[in-house]
Amino acid sequence: MKHIDEWRSSTLACRYAQAVAQITTRPWSIMEICGGQTHSIVRYGIDRMLPSGVTLLHGPGCPVCVTPAGVIDAAIAMASRPGITFCSYGDMVRVPGERGSLLSASAHGADLRIVYSPLDALAIARKEPERNVVFLAIGFETTAPATAMAVLQAKREGIVNFFLLVSHVLVPPAIDAILSDPESRVQGFLAAGHVCTITGYAAYEVIARRHHVPIVVTGFEPVDLLQGVYLCIRQLESGSAMVENQYSRVVPREGNRGAQEAVAKVFVVQSQQWRGMGEIPASGLGLAPAYAQYDALARFGGRAIPPEHSGVCISAELLRGRKRPAQCPAFGTRCTPEHPLGATMVSSEGVCAAYYRYRRSEPTPADDKAGAAV
Amino acid sequence: MNKPFDFSPACPAPVACQEVVELGHGGGGRLTHRLIDEIFRPAFASGPDDFTHDGAMLDLGGEGARLAFTTDSYVVQPLFFPGGDIGSLAVNGTVNDLAMCGAEPLCLSVALVIEEGLPIDDLHRIVESMRGAAASAGVRIVTGDTKVVERGRGDGLYVNTSGVGRIRARAAVRPQSVMCGDVVIVSGDVGRHGIAVMAVREGLGFESEIASDCAPLAQPVLSLIEAGVDTHCLRDLTRGGLATALIEIAETADAGIELDEAAIPVSDAVRGACEILGLDPFYVANEGRFVAFVPAAQAETALACLRRFDEGAALIGRVDGRARTRGVRLNTIGGARELDMLSGEQ
Amino acid sequence: MCLAVPGRLLDIDGDDALARQGRVAFGGIVKQANLAYVPEARPGDYVLVHAGFAIAVIDEREAARTLDFLATAGGSLEAGS
Repeated sequence: MKHIDEWRSSTLACRYAQAVAQITTRPWSIMEICGGQTHSIVRYGIDRMLPSGVTLLHGPGCPVCVTPAGVIDAAIAMASRPGITFCSYGDMVRVPGERGSLLSASAHGADLRIVYSPLDALAIARKEPERNVVFLAIGFETTAPATAMAVLQAKREGIVNFFLLVSHVLVPPAIDAILSDPESRVQGFLAAGHVCTITGYAAYEVIARRHHVPIVVTGFEPVDLLQGVYLCIRQLESGSAMVENQYSRVVPREGNRGAQEAVAKVFVVQSQQWRGMGEIPASGLGLAPAYAQYDALARFGGRAIPPEHSGVCISAELLRGRKRPAQCPAFGTRCTPEHPLGATMVSSEGVCAAYYRYRRSEPTPADDKAGAAV
Repeated sequence: MNKPFDFSPACPAPVACQEVVELGHGGGGRLTHRLIDEIFRPAFASGPDDFTHDGAMLDLGGEGARLAFTTDSYVVQPLFFPGGDIGSLAVNGTVNDLAMCGAEPLCLSVALVIEEGLPIDDLHRIVESMRGAAASAGVRIVTGDTKVVERGRGDGLYVNTSGVGRIRARAAVRPQSVMCGDVVIVSGDVGRHGIAVMAVREGLGFESEIASDCAPLAQPVLSLIEAGVDTHCLRDLTRGGLATALIEIAETADAGIELDEAAIPVSDAVRGACEILGLDPFYVANEGRFVAFVPAAQAETALACLRRFDEGAALIGRVDGRARTRGVRLNTIGGARELDMLSGEQ
Repeated sequence: MCLAVPGRLLDIDGDDALARQGRVAFGGIVKQANLAYVPEARPGDYVLVHAGFAIAVIDEREAARTLDFLATAGGSLEAGS
């Protein structure tokens, strides 16, 4: 398949791995914040192709993983109400809230439909006007434009039985939060290429300057990732801290204007809870007043989303790149994909799920057991 | 320098308690196996090898009295899909399970649970399709049963087929017969059926039609046996796909299997569909495909036999000799990685 | 969820700003995508599709250039320095 196969070339990947080894003179820690990148790295063994001094940290890049448990619980409550058809991306339905998941709610009779696009949920609302259709709108900036368009179409057509439970999150505030943490070991970033397709990367230039950290906008196939790592290390070795664009075949510096405008019209930026990380100001999206009629929480929710509280799951440490799944006492024993204790094990892009699926039976490297990765 | 944010590490720890049967239990992965191990095997099995292969192999004593016996139910939606329907699927599925025991399929029973309101025309079409499939596979449908349930309680139609066959393989065809050094051969490209079914459900189109691979396997299997190939183990690929079948065999046989990702045949349409749906083609359902474990020395003969039926037959891996590598490992870009059973549906 | 997949735009249906759609081919399978965010896309272009929307047109020249990056910009590395 064009624009995929050439970026999965084993030969090219190996050449980049060698190039990285040739320019690396010191240990470096680089974080990526994109569930797709995490998955690709672990699935293809990209991290194992790099010299041992280079550590790839997995940040809070999976929107499924960072959706607050309170939102899941609100979703389950809504889905369980008669008259409501609840639509969700497939990845979300097995994520545990306080008491079960959307999937277990559906086993108990909730009308749950898995969709690939917010437009699918809107189509259901059109086809079944007697049902109230609620869509769980999660995702980073990559997905917010899709949600926005569904709202704009609903408004234009006067559809009244369509609602959104919104939990969209923004990446730059999370990067800022991670880098502002005095215990952070992150020295360089790979920025999520698909997020930047929409937003552009001007906001990352501010972060790079503020924290003196190189940031490389990167795709998520194996050759993309290895190129991204190469460019990041090239900067680290020379002490530079700029934004570079490895994913230039897709990402323009200004991003996608039309998508940005749609999002700015439908949403407002607000404070947001990140599961495993707590509340980060100005890091989420809520419906703008002009579109308040589509807010499922206002219509069906009742209570505000309660703040997070801690448990045995160490997602917090994982999402900040301070620990690896193998260091969690529950990993692979009490916490498995069949009995997940946290979202990072449930989501197909979650870091624990990736390690469980692809690396579980391998001996744990010494640095994974010894403590923080760097 | 910004002031650091106040992090409150958080993650509730619910315990997933399964007091009801979930859809995942039917997916062919870990949950299904848990159901078999915890509920069915304790109740029904009389020996450790029971319920470990596609059919039961019975020795009734006397000359030519080794029989294979199998049963399957079909609950597929939609009832009609590119390349087949629930009827042809049911006939071929049971014929194939018998073939996987190294048996020549002889006869089938058919039990139908019909939902009130199913158009008689649809029933006609499906029954005609079963007649055609049975004729192609050389089996007779000799007995059956019909029930009708109220509207809303049946998804249109559920089909159960059971089958009996005469075992023709010289030695027992089952995972326990797999040997170190055996090669793994797949009879054609993988993932077609699951994608064909999903395509209808999800409104996907095709540049060129992607038919399901629903087809009878008795002839390719018998051709291997007639050519003198020692079919140590045969397994048709159904729900759970290629990966699940091989993982099951590896676990039952206590063997290590090594696969080459680049050697596993996947059609362009299946690859495209998997990319956009976020699926792994190695776990997508198949009908009309099987894997064969044969001695390395017979690999060429086996491939020649199978390529007469499907050019896509390919050698995809081998059984590793070292005991500590039990399971299935896939050779890919950054090295080898372990393939795991999916927990429920993909 | 980050899943954005490249495909070839086959045709465009309509010109409504919000609901403009096109059929996109992904290695042999064809799916509709909303084209509202890629007004410049033309049949034959490769687009990146996410959650039912085309979000970018792939720049073929940039793709080729990036793929050749090591060979061109990194020439001295190839020589085994």
